[in-house]
Amino acid sequence: MRRLLGLAAWAAGLLFFAPVAWMVLTSLHSESDAATNPPSLAAPITFDSYAEFFDSDPWPPLINSLSASIGSTVLVLLLAIPAAYALSIKKVEKWSDVLFFFLSTKMLPVVAGLLPIYLVAQYTGMLDNISFLVVLYTSMNLPIAVWLMRSFLAEVPGEILEAAALDGAGLVTTLRRVVAPVAMPGIAATSLICFIFSWNELLFARVLTGVVAGTAPVYLTGFVTSQGLFLAKVCAAAVVVSLPVLVAGFAAQDKLVQGLSLGAVK
Amino acid sequence: MTAVREAPTQAEPTPPARTGQLAAAARWARRAPLLPALIFTIVVTQLPFVATLVISLMRWNSLDPADRGFAGLDNYAAVFTDPDLRSAIGVTALLTATVVLVSLVLGLGLALLLDRKFAGRGVVRTMLIAPFLVVPVAAALLWKHALYNPEYGLLNGVLTWLFGDDAPQPEWISGMPLLAVEASLVWQWTPFMMLILLAGLQSRPQDAVEAARIDGATAWQVFRYLTLPHLRQYLELGALLGSIYVVQNFDAVFTITSGGLGTANLPYTIYQTFYQAHDYGQASAAGVVVVVGSIVIATFALRVVSSLLREEVRA
Repeated sequence: MRRLLGLAAWAAGLLFFAPVAWMVLTSLHSESDAATNPPSLAAPITFDSYAEFFDSDPWPPLINSLSASIGSTVLVLLLAIPAAYALSIKKVEKWSDVLFFFLSTKMLPVVAGLLPIYLVAQYTGMLDNISFLVVLYTSMNLPIAVWLMRSFLAEVPGEILEAAALDGAGLVTTLRRVVAPVAMPGIAATSLICFIFSWNELLFARVLTGVVAGTAPVYLTGFVTSQGLFLAKVCAAAVVVSLPVLVAGFAAQDKLVQGLSLGAVK
Repeated sequence: MTAVREAPTQAEPTPPARTGQLAAAARWARRAPLLPALIFTIVVTQLPFVATLVISLMRWNSLDPADRGFAGLDNYAAVFTDPDLRSAIGVTALLTATVVLVSLVLGLGLALLLDRKFAGRGVVRTMLIAPFLVVPVAAALLWKHALYNPEYGLLNGVLTWLFGDDAPQPEWISGMPLLAVEASLVWQWTPFMMLILLAGLQSRPQDAVEAARIDGATAWQVFRYLTLPHLRQYLELGALLGSIYVVQNFDAVFTITSGGLGTANLPYTIYQTFYQAHDYGQASAAGVVVVVGSIVIATFALRVVSSLLREEVRA
């Protein structure tokens, strides 16, 4: 029985992983080997599709995605860490109302604010500009980051804070010696999760950017041509674009649940 | 006793103005770190919604900018009578409910399988998380072209393997468009549910389970009367967070069917109304409808999260 359940788990794991494996395998086959029925598993491996992908000048969109994701993640941390401090360690009055205000903004669908945001961008000449995406991605991830950072900072033991205050430690010393060691893993996990969400975003990028500031997901949607065989190339592009997220996700694996549930689940 | 002891504090003379100012300054010093984030959030997320609300009451088509004015509730009447938007409301509800419920059930099954020790558990866990970490657009492209394609997609390829050259070769996307979108989303969201439920399972008090086993409870009884009640709030949390994300889904609908074949959900329809039809008033009214729908879901979601938060504060 035990062995059977273990086998079932393996079977389920392989089934869920199969499309990912298939994506990678297809990207390593030639176009004609990728488009056979039945599939040719053992076809020779080639990196042609990757070469073609990188020849198609994917760097501007990849760099745009990277700057939008990193820029917004840095901005999120700058705003969220002090806010989380004021919501956990030195609490403001009505701190839980404030927390729920942040959360409620996450529950309003972005698509409902899309038009005014588009009009503002048009009016201020910020269409097709990465800085505008940075601001939007920051607002998209800020509630998540505030909740997450709060749940990490809440783990700083109160007695130690009091002891530090009694010993006459100043704010800077307390932050550096007491808060930072506890908060560091939390900051790392928060950044990885914000990075993933910004990197994945399509709707804003699709509506607000064009040839200059287009991000990697936008580039991907335009990658499919109706001319000839393209499956291996699409798979190669999908692998390259997904790679940063896969790396960030596996790096944050232990904190992933906490982040996705906004710190509600440890 | 307490009342007596508290009495003098209450009877204390009101503090002089200077202490009052100091207290106010201290309060603002506490609030200061919070303010940038709070102001940023209000400006970037709340003001656009106010603007949407205003525009939804206006007659405004960008192709006919001269004819702009107050329209009252006309746009709302249009939203609810327009067959496209009406069907979009239905599709959104169906898509969200199907994806969330199916991935919740599958996620529960997987979490239960992973909650026990077996050889290679870490590897299986990693394989199961992978679908969630594929960029959504890439996942949608993968399903559309590499899996669903009727001529060379993997699904029909497997059918050929199993049944030979006479195997049925269904047209997955045109034959069952909504199901095709749902399947790809279930694939991406099941790992999310599994992770939340696994965390729930692992926080379950072990002594109660052992006591029940010693008392002769069957595995089913342990699951039904101990595990499931403990998991309830995690199931609720998964369902609600999942709904919040899936109700907004744009990538899969946009990529797999381009909103065709009766799969256009509200986000896609709003995108189309304003991006292609340029009817700003109607797009905004549809946006307000989505917001109202989300507020209903969100009210429940906030209640669940706040019960988890209270437990944490108590602990």
